[in-house]
Amino acid sequence: MFPKPIEQTSTTAQWLYKIALPIALVIWLLPLIAVAMTSVRSAGDITAGNYWGWPTSFNFWANYSGIFEATPIGQYILNSFKVTIPTVIGAVAISCMTGFALAVYKFKGNLLIFFMFVAGNFVPFQILMVPVRDLTLDLGMYNTWYGLALFHIAFQAGFCTLFMRNFIRAMPFELIEAARVEGVSEIRIFWFVVLPLMKPAIAALSVLIFTFIWNDYFWATVLTQGAENQPITAGLYSLNGQWVAAWHLVSAGSIVAALPPVLMFFLMQRHFIAGLTLGAVK
Amino acid sequence: MTAPALSDTPPTSKSWWKKNQQRLAPWLFLAPGIFMFAVYVIIPIFQSISLSFYAWDGLGTKEWVGAANYVELMDDDAFYTSLKNNVLWLVLYMLAIPAGLFVALFLNQTVRGIRIYKSLFFFPFVISQVVVGLVFAWFYDPTNGLMNIILGWFGAGPIAVLADEDYVTYGIIAAGLWPQTAYCMILYLTGLNAVDPEQIEAARLDNAKGAKLLWYVILPQLRPATFIAVVVTVIGALRSFDLISIMTDGGPWGSSRVLAFYMYEQAFSEYGFRMGYGAAIAVVLFLIMMIYITGFLWKMYRDETGR
Repeated sequence: MFPKPIEQTSTTAQWLYKIALPIALVIWLLPLIAVAMTSVRSAGDITAGNYWGWPTSFNFWANYSGIFEATPIGQYILNSFKVTIPTVIGAVAISCMTGFALAVYKFKGNLLIFFMFVAGNFVPFQILMVPVRDLTLDLGMYNTWYGLALFHIAFQAGFCTLFMRNFIRAMPFELIEAARVEGVSEIRIFWFVVLPLMKPAIAALSVLIFTFIWNDYFWATVLTQGAENQPITAGLYSLNGQWVAAWHLVSAGSIVAALPPVLMFFLMQRHFIAGLTLGAVK
Repeated sequence: MTAPALSDTPPTSKSWWKKNQQRLAPWLFLAPGIFMFAVYVIIPIFQSISLSFYAWDGLGTKEWVGAANYVELMDDDAFYTSLKNNVLWLVLYMLAIPAGLFVALFLNQTVRGIRIYKSLFFFPFVISQVVVGLVFAWFYDPTNGLMNIILGWFGAGPIAVLADEDYVTYGIIAAGLWPQTAYCMILYLTGLNAVDPEQIEAARLDNAKGAKLLWYVILPQLRPATFIAVVVTVIGALRSFDLISIMTDGGPWGSSRVLAFYMYEQAFSEYGFRMGYGAAIAVVLFLIMMIYITGFLWKMYRDETGR
């Protein structure tokens, strides 16, 4: 193990390490801790400039229920779910199929199609912006949750295909061959042999895509407008404009916006990290 | 396993589908994915490239202007500012890689509760860049921001980072480095887990330790992690948009723009909808990105065919 395990060092070093850990963490998360503290401050604290000291009173309920009553943040959150959930389902479903096709079959153009998905996944958003916006307008889907979700499904198919294809590639191929010898149709092989083995990959991709889409800001501003349809990231930006210097509200809003992906991450941590580090170990 | 469900298909009666399914099945599975990807990603790339030769306000008729948009770019100060900032992003964003390695080495222990520490250190990556941007804008606030309070302790005057042409881009990049370092840290933690313990033991017996051990034994084994870290960091640097939009909206006086932001501004802003000009900027960004994408694909190609 590198660096040297701390248990093998002197007692002093062990103590120093155990003290350094929480200090480093607090410094690392200082901006977030400050936001969490401020989200329970009173408006008085803010006007008095008490941004960083201990809150004079804890207004947890007043601030958090306040933002839900005074602003459309509830609607924004709902919109985010409306975009994110179908995107996760759509992108994962499509990429299970594309990943299976690219991993299992040998045919002309296999690598080419695979590389098309991989390359497309890295393209800068700006090169897609104008045509995708026009297309969405032409289809009458501008400023709707499904217009935004459809684009996300298509774009995420790139990353998801890369992920699924590599995952299926690592499976024992004998399973598929054995089924073929038995005369099982290709579609049933996919459904009954491969898909059940893909559960960990599906879980990993679902959390990852959930987080990516929930946190998307660019496409939310390009394809939607107004509180009716915008997701929380775009909503938070416009609320920030209205709440100038009402930092206790901005903070509470930020915490609310960050909560779903953070919860997702903590519940599915292992899968999440397995997904992100794909290829980092060989 | 669902073996019983599989064997009820009799291998007799070879229909046309039965004979050809192995050839046709991949295309059936690929069809929805290729269709969606073509409509929303592949075709738009070519549409944008073609659009960059037109003048278009998004509504009226498109007017062919040839290379005029590109000629105009060559004389556009704002374009050079954006390009220069993009280079700054690219170079400074790379700091996330050594920083991530450093944090990973610090956390790669097996003391009690270390797993919680690791996940909390990863936190900044999980939250939206919009939230990161808001948090850092506040952190930099010249009157009450924490940074200026701390500077005050050392007698340094308040710096309005986000309102100062000289500092603004560095301030935004610093905010971006926070989540990116977290990402690189996770990549390196995973990589460190897979480092061969026997090699380390052997090196230790040869009296290698500290920096030397890291450089000659550990880092070579971390190459896959470093490769992924470089790829995601370069792409992240070139994609930088959210933080700039949230923290400064390109200001002050356009000094924090990057190509991605400038393109958006030209295409959809109060200065008029210059779709063609915006597309030309996007094409330049795309070409820069293609250098990296091609390199990545080339490596993948070698890995795939080298088996």
